[in-house]
Amino acid sequence: MMEGFVIIENVCTKDSTVSQPIVSVKGLTKVFGHDREKALELHKNGRSKKDVYEETGATIALDNVSFEVMRGETFVLMGLSGSGKSTLLRCLNRLIEPTSGKIMIDGEDIIVMNHEELREVRRHKLGMIFQNFALLPHRSVLDNVAFGLEIMGVSKEERHKKSEEVLHMVGLEGYGDSKPSELSGGMKQRVGLARALTSNQDLLLMDEAFSALDPLIRRDMQDELLELQERLGKTIIFVTHDLDEALKLGNHIALLKDGAIMQIGTPEEILSHPENAYVEKFVADVDLTRALSAKDVMRYPAPVAQCTAGPRVAMHLMEERDIPMIFVVTRQQKLKGLVTLDDTIEAVKTGKGIPDILITAIPIVAPDASLGDIITLIVEGPYPVAVVDETDRLRGVISRGAILAALARKGEVPHAAS
Amino acid sequence: MLLPKIPIGDAVEIIVDWIATYFEWLLDAISDGLQFIVSGMEDILLAIPAPILILIISVLVWFVSKHDIKMTVLTALGLLLIWNLELWELSMLTLVLVIISTIIALVLSIPIGIAVARSDTLNSAIKPLLDFMQTMPSFVYLIPAVIFFGLGSVPGIIATVIFAMPPALRLTNLGLRQVPVELIEVADAFGCTSRQKLIKVQLPVALPTIMTGVNQCIMLALSMTVIASMIGAGGLGYQVLVGIQRVDIGMGFEAGLAIVILAIILDRITQNLVPKYENK
Repeated sequence: MMEGFVIIENVCTKDSTVSQPIVSVKGLTKVFGHDREKALELHKNGRSKKDVYEETGATIALDNVSFEVMRGETFVLMGLSGSGKSTLLRCLNRLIEPTSGKIMIDGEDIIVMNHEELREVRRHKLGMIFQNFALLPHRSVLDNVAFGLEIMGVSKEERHKKSEEVLHMVGLEGYGDSKPSELSGGMKQRVGLARALTSNQDLLLMDEAFSALDPLIRRDMQDELLELQERLGKTIIFVTHDLDEALKLGNHIALLKDGAIMQIGTPEEILSHPENAYVEKFVADVDLTRALSAKDVMRYPAPVAQCTAGPRVAMHLMEERDIPMIFVVTRQQKLKGLVTLDDTIEAVKTGKGIPDILITAIPIVAPDASLGDIITLIVEGPYPVAVVDETDRLRGVISRGAILAALARKGEVPHAAS
Repeated sequence: MLLPKIPIGDAVEIIVDWIATYFEWLLDAISDGLQFIVSGMEDILLAIPAPILILIISVLVWFVSKHDIKMTVLTALGLLLIWNLELWELSMLTLVLVIISTIIALVLSIPIGIAVARSDTLNSAIKPLLDFMQTMPSFVYLIPAVIFFGLGSVPGIIATVIFAMPPALRLTNLGLRQVPVELIEVADAFGCTSRQKLIKVQLPVALPTIMTGVNQCIMLALSMTVIASMIGAGGLGYQVLVGIQRVDIGMGFEAGLAIVILAIILDRITQNLVPKYENK
C-alpha cells in the first residue's frame, strides 16, 4: 500500500570533494627472512610464494602493494589472517621496515627518513590504535591518554588538561584516575582511541581496533568512530578481517590476499563489481542488511506538499499519482510530517488546514543508517521511513517494497555512484 | 693416564696471585671503603636502643604491608624474641651485611640485566657465566675473597655479592624481554626515544619481575652471609659456626631461629614492594 511514491531517481550522491592523497604507497614490498633478493628474484620470475619459501626460507609478506588514501576518508585494509594487512599497516609507520617501495605521507617519503625524522613523523602525524588496546598497566587512564604528549615533552599541567578534554570526548570523563585493569574492554579501547586523539595527529592507524570487543559494543564503537571522524575530520586507515565492519566504516576498501591487493574500491564497487573470483567469494555472504544503508535503497520523495499549500492541493497531488499519503515539507525542503488521503478529504469537507491533520510521529533516519535498523522501524509502524539529512531536509523515502527489492537484488547490489 | 693433568688449578692460582700483587692498591681501597661503611652502619643501628628500633621496623612493616596488622605484630614479636635471646647485636651485623651486599649486587646486576635484555649477543655470552656463578659451590667463592681481602666482613660481602647477583640479573633480563610486543609498539608508534621507551614503558612494565629478582637477591644474600662467617664475617652465621664447632645444639638452634626470623621479615617486606597489575 506504500508503493505509491513516484520514483524519479536515487539522487543521493557521494561526497565528491576532490582532495589530495595524504598517504600514497607505491610498490611496497616486504620480505621476511634472510635471502630477500633471491626470494624477490624468484617471485618476479613467476614462482609461487610457497615455492619461494621452500627454496629460500623467505616469506613474501607484501607483494608490490600500491594505493592512495585521501585526506579525511576511512580507508579499510581487509583480508583474512595472514593476508598481510597488519604488516602493511605497520610498514606505514615503519614499526616493520619495508624491503622496498615508497610510502609518501603528506608528500614526504618516510622510508628514506633517518631515526629523528621518523620519530617526528610518528609523534606529530601518525596515531595508532591496537587490537588488544595495549594500555600501559602501570599508568592511570589519564596518564595513558597523555602518553603521546608526555613523549613530546609537553608540561604535565597542559597534557593533563588536554587529556581530560579528550576523555570527555570519548565518553570517559571521571575515569582519569582509574587503572586500565579496572575498565571493561569497550572502555579500554576508548582509552586507546583517546590516547591516539590526544596528540592530534591527522592520520590514525587502527589495527583490528574493535575485533577484541563483543559484537554489541563493537557496533557502538563503530558508530562512535564514524561520528568522531565526521567531527574531527581525521584520516583513518583501518585494518579488519570483518567484511561487515569494512563495509560500514570504509570510504574505500582494499581487499588483500597473500600480501597482494585483490581489489580497491568503494564498498558498493566491491559488492557489485568484484574484479575476480576471490573477491566474489569473499563478498558472497555479506549480510546486506548491514552492508546497505538508507541512501542505497531510498527513493526520491515526489511529489511532496508544501506546508503552506491548502488541503486541496495535497489531495490533488495524491489523487493524480494515486498514492495514499504525502510528505509535507517547508520551502527549504525541511520535513514537517505527512498527511493521509483520507484525512485530507475530510479536511477539504470540513474546511480544516494542513497543519490540523499533520501527522508528525513518523519514523526518521539519517542517510547512512543501516538497513537492519530501518527494517525494524518499518515493521513496527504504519508509515514509510523518511530519510533526512542533518539539517532536517527530506532526502528520500523508504517503503517496505524498496527494502524487499534491495534484498532481492543480492549480488547485483545497487550503487548510486557510478 | 697418557696425558698429563691440565694445570687449571695452577693457572687460576697464578692469575689470582697476579691480581693480588698488581692490584693491591685497588683491593685495599675497596676493602677500606667497605669496612668503613659496614662499621658505620653497624654503629648507627646499635646506637639506637633495641626496643625503639623494633618499633621503627614494625611501623615500617605496617606501612609497607598496607596496614596488615597480623604481619606487623608477628614482626614485632619475632624481633623481640631475637632481643630476648641476646642475639640482637649479632643480628644487626648480619642485617648490615645483607643490606650492603644486596645494594652492591643490585647496582651491578640491574644495569647489566638491562644491557643483556637489549642485546642477544650479550645475552648468549653472559648466560654460561651466570650458570657457572650459580652452580659453583658457594664455598669456593670464599677462597679468592680471602686472598684478595683477607679475613673479615669485607671478603664476606664480596663473596655474597657474587653469589646473590645472578637471580637479580636473570629476572631483570627476563622481565624486560617479557614486555608484550604491543606495548613496545606503542612506545615506538608514539615516537619514543629508546631512553623514553626504557624508562616509561619497559622498566615499569617489567617491574614486578624485577622486584621478584630483588627479593631473591636478598634471600640469597642472607644465606651467603651465614656461610661467609667461615672467613670471619661476623653476625649470626658466626654463632651458628661456633655452635657446630662446640656441638652446642642449643646455641646453633637459637642463632638459626634468629636467621629464619630475619629472612621472613625481609622477604615479606620486599614482596609487598612488588607492584601488582594485570597485564591484559
